[in-house]
Amino acid sequence: MKARVHVMLKNGVLDPQGEAVRHALGQLGFDGVEGVRQGKVIELDLAESDAEKARATVTEMCEKLLANTVIESYSVEIA
Amino acid sequence: MHAAVIVFPGSNCDRDMAMAFERAGAKVSMVWHKDTALPEGVDIIGVPGGFSFGDYLRCGAIAANSPICRSVVAHAEKGGYVLGICNGFQVLTETGLLPGVLLRNVNLKYICKPVRLRVDTADSAFTAGYSAGQEITVPIAHHDGNYFADADTLKRLHDESRIAFTYCDNPNGSADDIAGVLSQNRRVLGMMPHPERMAEPLQGGTDGAAMFATLVDQLADA
Repeated sequence: MKARVHVMLKNGVLDPQGEAVRHALGQLGFDGVEGVRQGKVIELDLAESDAEKARATVTEMCEKLLANTVIESYSVEIA
Repeated sequence: MHAAVIVFPGSNCDRDMAMAFERAGAKVSMVWHKDTALPEGVDIIGVPGGFSFGDYLRCGAIAANSPICRSVVAHAEKGGYVLGICNGFQVLTETGLLPGVLLRNVNLKYICKPVRLRVDTADSAFTAGYSAGQEITVPIAHHDGNYFADADTLKRLHDESRIAFTYCDNPNGSADDIAGVLSQNRRVLGMMPHPERMAEPLQGGTDGAAMFATLVDQLADA
């Protein structure tokens, strides 16, 4: 079973990297990009075959390690 | 006074920190991250600067979950002293011993230079050798030193005088110019600047030496 975790900075937390990407896009002539937020995607291969158990385990992984919930939010996809 | 300095793969200020403690008169033990226990009778734990685990995932995140860090957290929870400098500060925020988090510098640059710091409180074993309001010069060397905490946390830090140091000229975008913060019991300090790199004349200055001298004094009496 595969899981995919999206980790994003929470709204209100300044994202200097996203801001640099936005600036670079403007310099390339892509007008009208009003905001860029950069996050990360983490893919996991799991031995677990029960989707609900996998979701619970991955959520615990996010809370303990994969995301820092002071500044980041996360979402879990199970496939 | 017995200090333990934790060594992670990628630590690069561990020996500087050990030397600063030794010069101040402490006995120092180096402790590898895979160890699970601290040496007997440790008064203070130093979590040094560097790039533990290559800054993978987030700065300090992997180190904060290493075996020795369970003992570091237990030591702090029993009222023990912990000093985290630079990457060590990042590790301490990741363990939850200190509030907030260190984000990428606002100008996205790695900054390595001496900076002016203001000592905001002398009320801790780390800062008792300075006077509140005193300015000192200590180097920074980091890419992720932009201190962030939510408004409630910042207010609490101000109300409880837990901001130990602020930048006189904010180099990295830190909230309220914060360079270092104390835990609620004032026995855990995390700071991005490097006092251990300004601890003897050969390093170009000695403004950091008072921190180690005062710690050795105060903890020897304890």
